[in-house]
Amino acid sequence: MAMKSTRKLYGSLNSPPTLKVLACLFEHDLDFEFVPIDIEAGEHKKKPFLSMNPFGQVPVYEDGDVKQFESRAIIRSMAHQYGKKGEELIYWDSRQQAVVANWIDVEDHHFEPPVLKLISELVLKPKKGLTPEEETVAGAEAKLAKVLDVYEARLSKLKYLASDKYTIADMLHLPNIQALMGTQAKKLFDSRPHLSAWCAEILARPAWIKVVEMQQNAQA
Amino acid sequence: MTIKLYGAAMSTCTARVLACLHETGAEFELVPVNLLNGEHKQPAFLAKNPFGQIPALEDGDLTLFESRSMSTYVAEKFKGSGGDLLRAQNLKEAALVKTWMEVESQQFSPAISPIFYQFYIVPMQGGSPNQAIIDENSEKLGKVLDVYEKKLGSTKYLAGDFYSLADLHHLSYIYYLMKTPSAKLINERPHVKAWWEDISSRPAFEKVASGLILGEK
Repeated sequence: MAMKSTRKLYGSLNSPPTLKVLACLFEHDLDFEFVPIDIEAGEHKKKPFLSMNPFGQVPVYEDGDVKQFESRAIIRSMAHQYGKKGEELIYWDSRQQAVVANWIDVEDHHFEPPVLKLISELVLKPKKGLTPEEETVAGAEAKLAKVLDVYEARLSKLKYLASDKYTIADMLHLPNIQALMGTQAKKLFDSRPHLSAWCAEILARPAWIKVVEMQQNAQA
Repeated sequence: MTIKLYGAAMSTCTARVLACLHETGAEFELVPVNLLNGEHKQPAFLAKNPFGQIPALEDGDLTLFESRSMSTYVAEKFKGSGGDLLRAQNLKEAALVKTWMEVESQQFSPAISPIFYQFYIVPMQGGSPNQAIIDENSEKLGKVLDVYEKKLGSTKYLAGDFYSLADLHHLSYIYYLMKTPSAKLINERPHVKAWWEDISSRPAFEKVASGLILGEK
């Protein structure tokens, strides 16, 4: 399976940031070699991985001279370097791209924190045989609801978060929305029609479906 | 066309954008937002930032919020005349700037913000700093700064031997940290300390620093 490519992605199929970068690679039809890092065994906290990312987190990405960690940095660079003419997930115009960058920061600072709490309680804890903490879940759901109200208002004016085209700002939401759709938090999305339609759109992107298949094949 | 920055000069996130505006020599107007009166939660401001936080930026019909995307826009718009904070002409360097900008946002900021909050915001609200929170986050910040110490031992600035937006994004929070007992986190690390002294003595930042008056009587 290992194609020899100058592009290497070191990561884990259990890691949302790794999945985000995979979506980006597939969106741009880039060939790459996936090097699995064993998170459970703590491989990311030891050398040689630590010499690639001193913060000990997946993913790490190498493309010739370009060596990066932090998924949003990887994705911002990749989408600019490999933007397909007429199908870019970014804008060359700095005013339009600033709006994309703005909504990447929204995903980062407003969406992800309550979402990661919910995933931790509702998905990861049960996997370890632990019970979700009701108060934590309620608190995170309340926070997320306020964020999703902003998204609903935004998506009633625009087809996607930054503009009328799909961009990396939308793409960054995929793994965490996918995870939440399998939990009680799904209701927060279903009850907001524009948000719900946007979720269905982005989850149906062929590039994302390839990522999901990659995960499923690994678990088989 | 003059850029309008809505915020407060003493606020860390507003100052992040101010540092970039001064560094690039951009023409701008700082429009104060009255936080005490809850102006940031009123419809006029919510139309600029639906999350009700300062700062926000207007440049003609472009409206932005989230300080880091604002400063990136400014750096991009005024590149050339205003320096090269993004290194866009060099693929490898541009990628490193993006990486270390994310490091500030994902690793550094979550550790320093709670310390800043305890020393500066809690007393404003009539409370006392919670030492347990300060200690816990000082340990986290120390680990992040250990990585910085090693990096800054091999390059002059974070992304390489060039000053970039990645360094600039740290200015306002570290400035405030240096006035607290937690300054030792910086002072105990010689490369980090030298880096801090370098970036904080840039003339553009000195213009911003004079507005960073939180905690002053």
